[in-house]
Amino acid sequence: MSGNQIMFVIFSAIILIFSILTVTSRRILRAATFLLIVLISTAAMYFMLNYQFLAAVQLTLYAGGIVVLIIFSILLTSHIDEKFETPALMKKVYAAIAAIMGAVLVCTTLLNYTFTQGNDAAKDVNMNLIGNSLISWGEQGYALPFELISILLLAAMIAAIVVAKKVKTK
Amino acid sequence: MNTGIPLEYFLITATLMFFVGVYGFMTRKNMITILMSVELMLNAVNINFLSFNRYLFPGQLEGHFFALFIIAVAAAEAAVAIAIIINIYRHFQSIDVEKADEMKY
Repeated sequence: MSGNQIMFVIFSAIILIFSILTVTSRRILRAATFLLIVLISTAAMYFMLNYQFLAAVQLTLYAGGIVVLIIFSILLTSHIDEKFETPALMKKVYAAIAAIMGAVLVCTTLLNYTFTQGNDAAKDVNMNLIGNSLISWGEQGYALPFELISILLLAAMIAAIVVAKKVKTK
Repeated sequence: MNTGIPLEYFLITATLMFFVGVYGFMTRKNMITILMSVELMLNAVNINFLSFNRYLFPGQLEGHFFALFIIAVAAAEAAVAIAIIINIYRHFQSIDVEKADEMKY
C-alpha cells in the first residue's frame, strides 16, 4: 500500500468511528468534541482530493465556527454533567434498520455502477481561479449563486438576531 | 488518477457517514445533537460532491463550488437553528424535542 492509501484508510476509519460516537455518546459535550474530530478528518479528505482552499474553509468555518457555536449553545442550555437516557430499544432498532437498509442499498448501487473517469486535464484549483469564477458569469462563472448566498447569509444573520432577541415584557 | 485510491472508497465512506447521521437524527431527542447529526449528513454530501468533481470531471469546478455553497448554507442554517433552540429553551427550560409541544400564541 502506498502512503496515500494508508492515509485514506486511517482518516476514513477516524471519520466512521467518531461519527458513530457522535450520535451515540450520552454526554453532549463529548458528542460535540467527537463531531469536531470528524470535521477535521473531513478536511483531511479534502486535502487528499487536492482541494486545498475548500479544506481551509472547512477547518476555519466548520471546525472553528460552527463547532464553537454549538459548544456555546450547549453551555447555555444544558448541564455538562448530565447524561442522556439511552433511547428506547425499539427506537434504536428501527433507526438502525432504516440506516443499514439505506446504506446497503446505496453501496450496492454504486458498486454495480461503472463510473467513467474523466479524461480532461485536471485544473489547478488556486485562489486566483476560484476568485475569478465567483465574480464572472457565463461559462464557468458563479456570480449569481454567489450573490444569492450573500443575500441568504444577510437574511440568516438578521433572522438569528430577531429570533434570539429577548422579548420585552410589558 | 494520481492518488491511487478508487472513487468508490470515497463514496462508501461518505455513504456510511451519511447514514450514521440518519441514525442519529432518528434516535436523538436533544435538539443540539439533532443539529449535529444534520452537520454530519451535510459533510458526507460534500465529500461526495468533491470526489465526483475530482474523479469524473476534473476539468470543471461545479462540485467544488456546490460544496462551497453548501458550507455557506450550513453556516446560515446552524446560526438560525441555534437562535431558535435558545428561544425554545427560554420558553420550556429544556431543549428536548418531546417537551416542546405547544406553540407560543
